[in-house]
Amino acid sequence: MITRMLNSKPALATLAVSSIILGLLSACSPPSEPTSQIESVENTEQNDALVVYSSRNEHLIRPVFALFTEETGIEVEYATDKAGVLIERIKAEGKNTPADILITVDAGTLGYAAQQGIFQPLNSAAVVERVPAHLRDDSDYWTGLSLRARTIVYSTERVNPEQLSSYQDLGGSQWQGRVCLRTSKKVYNQSLVAMLIAEQGEVKAESIVSSWVANLAIPPTSNDTKLMEAILAGQCDVGIINTYYFGRLQEKQEKQEKQEKQENLSLALFWPNQADNENSGVHVNVAGVGILKHSKNAAQAKRLVEWLVSDSAQALFAGVNKEYPINDSVEINPQVASWGSFKQNPLPLSQAYVLQPAAVKLMDRAGYK
Amino acid sequence: MALPTLLALLGVLSSFLHPDIESLSHLAQYVLPQTIKNTVFLVVGVGAVTTTLGVSLAWLTAVCEFPLRKFFVWALILPMAIPGYVMAFALVGLFEYTGPVQQFLRETFGSSAAFPDIYSYGGVVMALSLALYPYTYLMVRNAFQTQGLRSLEVGQSLGLSVRESFWRICLPMARPWIAGGTLLVMMETLSDFGTVAIFNYDTLTSAIYKTWFGLYSLPAALQVASVLLIFVVVITLLERKSRASQRFSQTRSSKSVAGRIHLSGSHRWLALLVCLLVFSLAFVMPVMRLLYWAVPNMNADLTTQFWAYVAGSTSLSLIAMLMIAGLALLMAFTARTYNSPFAKIVVRISTMGYALPGTVLAVGLFVPVAAIDNALGAMGLSTPLLQGTMVVMLLAYSVRFMAVAFTPLESNLLRITPSIDAASRSLGVSGIKMLAKVHLPMVKGGLLTAMVLVFVDVMKELPITLMTRPFGFNTLAVRIFELSSEGLWERAALPALAIVLVGLIPAFILIRKSDAR
Repeated sequence: MITRMLNSKPALATLAVSSIILGLLSACSPPSEPTSQIESVENTEQNDALVVYSSRNEHLIRPVFALFTEETGIEVEYATDKAGVLIERIKAEGKNTPADILITVDAGTLGYAAQQGIFQPLNSAAVVERVPAHLRDDSDYWTGLSLRARTIVYSTERVNPEQLSSYQDLGGSQWQGRVCLRTSKKVYNQSLVAMLIAEQGEVKAESIVSSWVANLAIPPTSNDTKLMEAILAGQCDVGIINTYYFGRLQEKQEKQEKQEKQENLSLALFWPNQADNENSGVHVNVAGVGILKHSKNAAQAKRLVEWLVSDSAQALFAGVNKEYPINDSVEINPQVASWGSFKQNPLPLSQAYVLQPAAVKLMDRAGYK
Repeated sequence: MALPTLLALLGVLSSFLHPDIESLSHLAQYVLPQTIKNTVFLVVGVGAVTTTLGVSLAWLTAVCEFPLRKFFVWALILPMAIPGYVMAFALVGLFEYTGPVQQFLRETFGSSAAFPDIYSYGGVVMALSLALYPYTYLMVRNAFQTQGLRSLEVGQSLGLSVRESFWRICLPMARPWIAGGTLLVMMETLSDFGTVAIFNYDTLTSAIYKTWFGLYSLPAALQVASVLLIFVVVITLLERKSRASQRFSQTRSSKSVAGRIHLSGSHRWLALLVCLLVFSLAFVMPVMRLLYWAVPNMNADLTTQFWAYVAGSTSLSLIAMLMIAGLALLMAFTARTYNSPFAKIVVRISTMGYALPGTVLAVGLFVPVAAIDNALGAMGLSTPLLQGTMVVMLLAYSVRFMAVAFTPLESNLLRITPSIDAASRSLGVSGIKMLAKVHLPMVKGGLLTAMVLVFVDVMKELPITLMTRPFGFNTLAVRIFELSSEGLWERAALPALAIVLVGLIPAFILIRKSDAR
C-alpha cells in the first residue's frame, strides 16, 4: 500500500499531508478514556481523577488503585517511569503539573524529590500513627508504604547457618571466593552500603566493601535472581538479595515440584546483624509516597495516602510483591511469614538521600562494579 | 528540524552553567577512564563486526545464488525487530554458566571451564552486533541490489575476476551505504543502556545514568553526556571524511542485466551455512527462548488489554514512520538543493539525536516543551496544548530517529547527478514536482529502507514513549519494560514476541518490493 502510494503522482504531497493529518488527529484524540473520567465527575465531589506518577510498576499499583476506586469512587490515573525522570518531569511541568502524587521505590529518591521542593507536607495524623518514625521523612514530606528487606541468602548444601552473622562478616577470610553480589548500580546495594556508612562510618564501610569485592567468586551479577541461580549452580555459596526475589523463586520451584518432582530449593534466608546492638539490624528500604506541592487536588490526594497506609490497602500493596507491610499489625502473606521475623535496622530512611551518593562513590573507589 | 534537537543539545550543554565539581572530580578519577575506554572498545568492536556481517551477508544475498537465498534475503533482516536487551538476555540465558549449553558440557565432559565466559567484552559485542547488523545489511543490500551486478559486469569487461571486482569496484562504490549503516550502528551502540546493563559492562551511557540516579546530580550526568557528544561528532566526521573526496553517481538505469553469480559446489554450502548460523543465533535462538517463556502464560496474558498494547504500538509506529520519513525526505532534498555549509550543519545537528541516551533526550526535550506550555498557560490559554498529546511524542521521535530515516535516503540521493536536475529543469520540471517525478522513483529503495527502520525502531523505543505518552496509553515496549524491570522475564516474553511479529510485516513488504525488480 505504501509503495503504491509512493508510485502515484502527487506522492510527496500525499505523504506530507497524510502525516500531518494523522499527527493532528492523534493530537486531538489521545486514547485516554474520557468516559471513565465523566463517571468520576458524577461519583465524587471534585471534578478530576487523581493523577499518580509512579516508579513502582503498573502491575503492582493497578490492583491497589482499583480497590481504592471501588471503595471511594475516586478514579485514579497514573503514569509510570523511572523516578529520576518523573522528578524532572514534575519540575518542568511546574504549577501546571497534572499530577497529585509521586510514588517511588526507594527512600533516597523520595529524599531527593523532597530536596528538589516538589512535595508538600503530609500533615497526616493517620500516617504518623500507622508508620514507624524511621520509615517516614522527619520533615513530613513523604512516607513509606511497604518494606523490603535485603538479607543474606545461602546454600543449604554447603553452608552451615551458624557460620553466618553479619553483612560485614561476608568480607571475612572464611568466605574467600564464595561470595556473590549483584551490581553496585542497583539502588538496593547503594542503600545497603549507605546503611553501613551510617552504622560503621565511611572508612570502616569502605574496607568492608573492599573485603566483599576481594571475596567475590564471580563478577557482580545483573540481578538478584541470577545471583541465586549462581549459588544453586555451585558458583558461590552466599550472597545478598531482596527477600521477594527469593519468594518468587520459591514459588516457581513449588510449581515445578508439583509437575515433575524437582528437588527442594537448596537455598535459605539468613537474618544478619541481629545481635543486641541497638543500632544494628537487617537492612530495609521502602516504596513510598509524597503529595506534590502543585497538586490541585491535595485533599483527595491525602485521602489516597491515608488509605494506602490503612490495613486493607497495606495487605494488598505489600502482598502483590511479597514485601512486608509498613506496619507490624497488618497480617503478612503466609509465604513471607514463613521466612521468620527479624529486627530491622533503625536507621531513619530520610538519611538515605544524603548517604546514597556517598555510598555510590565509595563503591566506585572500592572497585565494586 | 534541527531546532528541537538543538534545544535538547543546548539543554545538555547548559549543564556547564552549574558544574557539579564534586561529582565530576569523583567521576574523572574513578569512573570516566574505564568507561571511556570501554565505550571506545565497544563502538569499534560492534562497528567492525556489524560491518563485516552486514556487507558479506548483503553481498551473498544480493549478488550470489545459493540454496534458500530467497528465504535469507528477508530472514536476515528479522533480528532487527528484537530489542538489544532481549537479544542479550536470551544469549546470556543460553551461554552462561547456569545455562543449558554449559550444563550440557559439564554433564558430558565433567567441566565447562574451557567455555568462554559470556559476561565479557566478546559477549557484549556479540549481543549488540547480532541485534544491530541488520541496519548495515539493509542499507548495503540496497546498494548491491541496484549496482552490484552492473559493477561486476564492468569488472568483467576490464578482465577482473569476481573477487577483484568486489574489492576494487563494488565495495568502494558501496561506501556511502556501508559508512551510513556503520554510523547508525555506532550511534545506537553509544546510546544503548539495556544491553550493556545485562552484561554489567560500564559505558559512558551507564555512567550517565549512574550519575543521575545514584549521585542525584543531573548537571554532572549531562556533562558526562557531552563527552558522549564528542564521540558522536568524531564518528560523524570520520564518516564524512571517508567519502568526502568521492562523488557517487550512477550513469545508467539500475535494472540489472546479468543474472546472479551461481556459486559452485562447496561455496554454495558455505554461503548457506554462514547465513544459517547468523540467522539461528540472531533470530531463531532468542525467539525460541521467548516462546519457551511465553507459551505457559499465553492464555492468561492474551487479554483485550494486550491487544490494546499491540494496537497502540502499531498505530504509533505507522504515524511516526510516515511523518519521519516524509520529514527526512524533505530535508534530504532541501539539503541537496541548497548545498550550503549552513544546510550541512543543520542536517548534522538534526541527526545527532540518535546517539544520545534516550532518557537524556526525552528530558532534554520535555523541559523546553513544558516551559512553552506553561508560558501559553500564563497567557490565558487554560488547557495545556502540547503536553499529554501525541504532538510532543512525535516531535521527540523525529528528533531521535531522524538519522535513521535520513541516512539511507542521503546515500541514494548521492547517486542522482546534477545533470539529471538540469535535464529535468530544461523539461520544465522543477521544485516539488521534480522531487516527486524524478527523484522519488530513484530513491524509492532508500525511502523504503528508511520507513522500515523507523517503524521497527519506534516499536522498540522506550524512554520517550514512557515520558510523553498520554495517560492510559501503553505500547508493547512499555509493557516489556514494566515486566522486565521487575525481573519478570517470563511474562515480558509475550509482548517481546509481539514486537517481533509486527516488525516482520514491514520487513516482508520491503523485501518483496525491492526483490521484485
